[in-house]
Amino acid sequence: MAGIMIADTGCANLASVRFAFDRLGAQARISNDPGVLQNAERLILPGVGAASAGMAALAANGLQDMLRSYARPLLGICLGMQLLYQQSAEAKTKCLGLITGTIEPVSQDAGPVPHMGWNTLDIKKQDPLLGGVKNGAYVYFVHSYAAKTDTQTLASTNYGPPFSAIIRKDNIYGCQFHPERSGPVGAQILRNFLDVNP
Amino acid sequence: MLARRIIPCLDVKDGMVVKGVRFVGHEVVGDSIELARRYADEGADELVFYDITASPEGRRVDAAWVSRVARELDIPFTVAGGIKTVDDAQCILAAGADKISINSPALSNPDLINALVDRFGTQCIVIGIDSYWDGTDWQVKAFTGDPDKTVTTQWKTRDWIVHVQTRGAGEIVLNCMNEDGRRAGYDVPQLRVMRALCTVPLIASGGAGQMRHFAEVFDGADVDGALAASVFHKKTMSIPALKSYLREQNIEVRS
Repeated sequence: MAGIMIADTGCANLASVRFAFDRLGAQARISNDPGVLQNAERLILPGVGAASAGMAALAANGLQDMLRSYARPLLGICLGMQLLYQQSAEAKTKCLGLITGTIEPVSQDAGPVPHMGWNTLDIKKQDPLLGGVKNGAYVYFVHSYAAKTDTQTLASTNYGPPFSAIIRKDNIYGCQFHPERSGPVGAQILRNFLDVNP
Repeated sequence: MLARRIIPCLDVKDGMVVKGVRFVGHEVVGDSIELARRYADEGADELVFYDITASPEGRRVDAAWVSRVARELDIPFTVAGGIKTVDDAQCILAAGADKISINSPALSNPDLINALVDRFGTQCIVIGIDSYWDGTDWQVKAFTGDPDKTVTTQWKTRDWIVHVQTRGAGEIVLNCMNEDGRRAGYDVPQLRVMRALCTVPLIASGGAGQMRHFAEVFDGADVDGALAASVFHKKTMSIPALKSYLREQNIEVRS
């Protein structure tokens, strides 16, 4: 087994995610090799930037099928979470389809877009990923697209209408915010992810 | 609810935080990484590092130093200064910075904004603007780091703010030069005018001296964040005391 692996999606926050695990005393490695990634005990799919570029990076490295068949805990972060869905309205990008639903633009009526800064988690469902995280805890967001809340939502956040801040379906988790940049709350969520046992 | 952001700004020279008039009379405040960690622990919502020597010396911010900051910090941070190309940005973002802020290079070459947005996404491209009231309107100045090189551009601030958004800028930091360093409060009237022109987050800069100035700019200009340097470096106020004050004023801040 290859421990904690971070899928190299060619995006900018790879180092930040790796450093966040370093701070927890856990070593995470970065790879774009599907053969290496599929043996990970825990897999992180990070991402910032545009959905189409993110999907293109996954396709270029042959990671789509590997992600679809991965059965151990998988965590998508920000764009990485959005890529788990069926489709993103951002340039009508077809995504991985591991999570039912589509990614829609954040409403301009809500306030400035991107939705950028610290906003609160409204916990909808208890889950080991949220152990020790208080309802109303602040986490750091920076995004212009989001998923509607549904039965897969563990926590929602309000910016205009509520959207899914944390989701789970079986072994697959997603955070729309950046746990690696969300202070002690984010560190707690990443620590919990290392312990989840689906 | 989205919290208002308190953003200490650290002017960095050779890894040390300095204060004072740029280019003359720098006084060392402390080690950049130690100070950054202290501000993060005290509740700063975000940090801006401004490399004050990179740009005039024509060199890029030290990626190894950015990487050390990224390793230490668990809050977002922006790097400004000396970023002129997509390669410069790549180097800093890959080292772990969350956002980059560009000012004079965007004025010299506005296409750089589009190139950065296309490559890295709108969310990590911040445009810094130095705005000066000349008696008739607010004008954008460039190369403000060096008083001998500072020039007034052809851009009115309101036009430049609209223009950078059409090119994909994800956030604007407006430094109100007439108030900068006076510690008499942010330029609320100007910020209110510019807020109405921004669909992206707007950060106020220049003029913070007292805690009430933060409340005034959040209430009066509806900005998303307030940036300040000397009040934190000089310990005029602590971040926990400021946040507690703002909470008493019913302003949403992160606890």
